[in-house]
Amino acid sequence: MAAVSPLLQTTGLQKAFGGLQAVRSVDFRLDRGEIRAIIGPNGAGKTTFVSMISGRISPTSGTVRFGGRDITRVPAYDRVALGIVYTFQIISIFRNLTVFENVALAAQRRLTTDLASALSMSRRAVAERVNTALVDVGLRDAQDQHAGSLPHGHQRLLEVAMALALEPQVLILDEPTQGLSPDEIVGLVALIRSISRNATILLIEHNMQVVLELSRRITVMDQGSIIAEGTPHEIEANPDVQRVYLGR
Amino acid sequence: MSLEGQLVLALLEGMVSGLILALTALGLSLVFGVMRIVNVAHGEFFMLGAVTAWFVSSATGSFFLALVAAPLVVGGIALLADRFVLRPIHYTPEATIVATIGLLYIIQQLVLSIYGPEARAVVAPLAFTIQFPWFGYSGYKLVVGVAAAILLVAAWLLVTRTTLGLYMRATQQDRETAQAFGVPVERIYAAAFALGAALAAIAGVLIVPVQQAHYLMGLDALLLSFMVVIIGGLGSLKGTIAAALLIGIIDGVVSVFFSPTLARIIASLFVALVLVVRSGGLFGEQIA
Amino acid sequence: MNGTRGRPALLLHLMILVALLGLQFVLPPFHHGMTARIMVLATYAIGYNILLGYTGLMSLGHAMLFGTGMYATGLAVFYLEFGAAGALLVGIVASILHSAVIGLVTLRTTGVAFLIVTMMFAQVFYLSLLYFNRVTGGDQGFILTGHLQPLHLGGLQFAFSDPAVKYNVALATFAVCLLLSLWFVRSPAGRVLVAIRDNEGRTRMLGYNTFKYKLLALVVSGGISGAAGSAYTLLFSYVGATFASILYSIYPLLWTLLGGAGTTIGPLVGTSLMTYLVDTASEWTRSYLIVVGLTLVILIMKLPTGIMGGVRARWWKWLP
Repeated sequence: MAAVSPLLQTTGLQKAFGGLQAVRSVDFRLDRGEIRAIIGPNGAGKTTFVSMISGRISPTSGTVRFGGRDITRVPAYDRVALGIVYTFQIISIFRNLTVFENVALAAQRRLTTDLASALSMSRRAVAERVNTALVDVGLRDAQDQHAGSLPHGHQRLLEVAMALALEPQVLILDEPTQGLSPDEIVGLVALIRSISRNATILLIEHNMQVVLELSRRITVMDQGSIIAEGTPHEIEANPDVQRVYLGR
Repeated sequence: MSLEGQLVLALLEGMVSGLILALTALGLSLVFGVMRIVNVAHGEFFMLGAVTAWFVSSATGSFFLALVAAPLVVGGIALLADRFVLRPIHYTPEATIVATIGLLYIIQQLVLSIYGPEARAVVAPLAFTIQFPWFGYSGYKLVVGVAAAILLVAAWLLVTRTTLGLYMRATQQDRETAQAFGVPVERIYAAAFALGAALAAIAGVLIVPVQQAHYLMGLDALLLSFMVVIIGGLGSLKGTIAAALLIGIIDGVVSVFFSPTLARIIASLFVALVLVVRSGGLFGEQIA
Repeated sequence: MNGTRGRPALLLHLMILVALLGLQFVLPPFHHGMTARIMVLATYAIGYNILLGYTGLMSLGHAMLFGTGMYATGLAVFYLEFGAAGALLVGIVASILHSAVIGLVTLRTTGVAFLIVTMMFAQVFYLSLLYFNRVTGGDQGFILTGHLQPLHLGGLQFAFSDPAVKYNVALATFAVCLLLSLWFVRSPAGRVLVAIRDNEGRTRMLGYNTFKYKLLALVVSGGISGAAGSAYTLLFSYVGATFASILYSIYPLLWTLLGGAGTTIGPLVGTSLMTYLVDTASEWTRSYLIVVGLTLVILIMKLPTGIMGGVRARWWKWLP
């Protein structure tokens, strides 16, 4: 139906852990510029699905295509270079490094092209990118603080800053509002909206208000399969979704 | 001696040393399994058993007393080490390795200064020969093999049939849940550590009339125990016994027909490759 | 990290090197020789520290890399009549290659498994040296006197038996490796290693092939350790299997931990202290290795960051 080929596409993507089918043969497409939310009850397979897209988990079967290219065999660290960036559900930062150093590692990655650049690189170039990312998320003043000592909400912002410094084409956010105060959530939503001008967003969320505010399309998963897809309005009206998720 | 004679001899020697190795390695495996730590000083408990046996039997003339005293003494030392070194560092994996390397040197060098650098023999409590068609075999060695086998069965019964064993298995499975159910985890750790040391000590006592007591004998025991535990699987009693017998026999056979050094080279290489190929953690976890 | 912070660190390192240079004119003969030995062994510790302190990987097999440098150099001199410079090069290249091979095989493991695997491979190396004793001299080893030609530099001859030559060759080796390590740990690659130590999963999800970086770390670490082994042989004219035994895998661990893992100066501090401690203890008792044991236990219980680690935390936060 779409004349434009999707940015991200999965075909028959499946994951089984022993006897447990976590993700059952999912066909999924994400177009450039979207803000898409994936929702569903706990255990629906959302994180597993998204981990297969980012490369953290390898699928039992099926393919992942990015920009038309089959990346199913591409390891996670190379997918980042392609532009697929994932932020963890449980915050994962470098606790013993400063905020600046955290983001610098991300910025540095973008500037590392070969062994020579891995050994020597312009500090100014790195600092510029770090600065931009920190200003965007509002952590510029905290740049010399140890990441482990930041309050939870700021650690979440740090993760986003690291993601920004990687210049993502697809930014996958796994439950980013978890543990944030209402004020922090408002700030994060605004931030995501501004990021979406330059990157395609894939968002796993339980906070329905955030989902309805931000996303243009919603994918609903349950028990490893997609049970519905559509605009927020369509999803709200969908009886299957109501039964499985919203009606709980 | 004919080839078949040599082979039978090698097999016998292999079985006996395999059973002793099983006893020693079981201690290491127990500590790995229950406490999730690597005790690099484990071989020194084996050595302490042998040395204590020499002291006791020299002083009292009774080997039987040595057999009883050594595991108690060595178990006691292990309890002290657990209480004053391992518990304060919270059993964190890499810190424990460094600490137990330290304990290795402390124990080894203390024995060196008290006992001296010589190798000393202990007279076997029983001396008789069993005649095979090709050679006469030391009856004591066979008794050692039988004793080791009995102790292994006893250990198995303890782990599977007693409350202590139940607590140990629970702690091994899931420490937090065990604690929530009222299992005194810290005391179980101490018990496991002491039991592991005692098993190694008994093995040391049993083997000392055959091998002589020497302050460096712990290193070899440690390396072999590591090999057994890695191949047999951590915390698995059956795996430990099977691997120990396998290694004992192969080592015995290769040593008789080729050089012992070569046997050891091949064994170390094999174990390293097993560990690499398994390429998960030592405890079987997959690395992301 | 801002550029201005680099200046005090470099200055400090240069000051230390200058101090070591000047020390040779005031030290009595015994300490003169000790210091030369310490500088070579500290180089070994610097190599070890790259892997332990910065990458977070504890190996118990570095003696095989130190030993590779030692034996490659020693054999080149003894059997092939190589000159010092050529033999040193052979030693370094051999240990780099050896490290790369070991790395390719073992770096898929980590933590305790890595520790045991490296220990096992080092055992294989050590036992092989004993097994092929017709070439290697086995347990006893062999000496180089009579084979090692004096160093020819700019028309002058420097015999390795001369204490001044020993000292300055040791200093040169140490200086090169110290500055190399300083540069490396502050380079982008070095910072990735620190990230791997802190959180390897995150590092991978930032797009880094952590296996390649760990391999790089091991090659640099092994190369420096091997260079130390080569230098040791050239300076003390002796090649022996003891240097490939497990004790010589435990020594750099001890020196690094004592001095402060993850600091560039720590290795020198730790090696100096322990070498003197062991030497002093050996005059009092034949059980002198007990100081190794006691230091390790006390260290891990009371001062896990080591001496320079403590200094860095409390006073000099800019220390690399």
